[in-house]
Amino acid sequence: MKDTTLVVAGMLTLSAGTFAFRFSGPVLRERIAFPSWVERLLEVAAVVLLAALVATTALTKGHGFAGLARPAGVLVGGVLAWRKAPFLVVVLAAAGTTAVLRLLGVP
Amino acid sequence: MSSIYRTLGRDALRDIALACLAVWVIGLSYGAIAVASGFPVWFPVAQSALVLAGASEFLFIGIVAAGGNPIAAALAGLLVNARHLPYGLALPDVTGRGWRRLLGAHVMNDESVVFALAQEDLPRKRAAYWACGLGVLICWPGGAALGALAGSLLRDTNAFGLDATFPAVILALIVPALRDRVTAAAAGFGAVIALVTTPFLPAGLPVLLALAGLVVLVGRRADPAAREPAPARETAQAPTKAAR
Repeated sequence: MKDTTLVVAGMLTLSAGTFAFRFSGPVLRERIAFPSWVERLLEVAAVVLLAALVATTALTKGHGFAGLARPAGVLVGGVLAWRKAPFLVVVLAAAGTTAVLRLLGVP
Repeated sequence: MSSIYRTLGRDALRDIALACLAVWVIGLSYGAIAVASGFPVWFPVAQSALVLAGASEFLFIGIVAAGGNPIAAALAGLLVNARHLPYGLALPDVTGRGWRRLLGAHVMNDESVVFALAQEDLPRKRAAYWACGLGVLICWPGGAALGALAGSLLRDTNAFGLDATFPAVILALIVPALRDRVTAAAAGFGAVIALVTTPFLPAGLPVLLALAGLVVLVGRRADPAAREPAPARETAQAPTKAAR
């Protein structure tokens, strides 16, 4: 690490800003009485964000394609979850599928 | 703790423990990568406890290790973490009030939010949020510390398919919400937007742009939402169909 002070300043900036994001949501929600359709919209918004996170972390690495092994594992996990398999089975099947595909040389 | 156990029951707690275990293992590789990139052992430990948001920490380490400016790295990390604001808006009161909220807000992360959303009533949402949030608060820095000390022994956790566990955990928990067709349409559209924009935009922004997927809620059924325009961040306004 070249300049410890600057790197620590960066880390503290990231911590403080992230905390501000986390803190302001509940505070705003408490101050403002949202009509029910807004509450519904906000709940769908959270699912939309999480789904986008699933898509990007499953399929991409940096700015490119992550390779086949990881999305294949996530897909297996997703199908099992849709068919109401236990959570443990879903997660282990996803990791297992990806690991086996990599072992077989799939990127 | 005992009230969390009574509210949630063993099965839900086992699922949360598994998610935390996955976080712990990724923490191992995070600590190891940070040290291998030239950071002192204390750095990933401090950062994991203070920032407590994995993706942004990997990004920060990566940018600084590549010679980037740490403040620019912090801003890039903040872009990745901006999703916590809408998370907090979407959750009912699970963070607590007063001093308690300081900790309650800090333990807000993808896992604690998704476990809370997956529960049916408020007491269970609150219990799941805190159980997972506190679990991650212990496991993420704990994993980072051990990984930083063990160094390069544990760097390639991808060989075990562990990189597939994060998306699989989140997906498994949003599947019940996706059985609602309107939610599924919004989520699908949003995911496509995020994927198409990933090659061109800085990390974090594509996930935020996915919120434009909410436009599919406009003009749906007798939903009162039908009369309202899509929320901010939406550039192309969809025509608002007259509801009935």
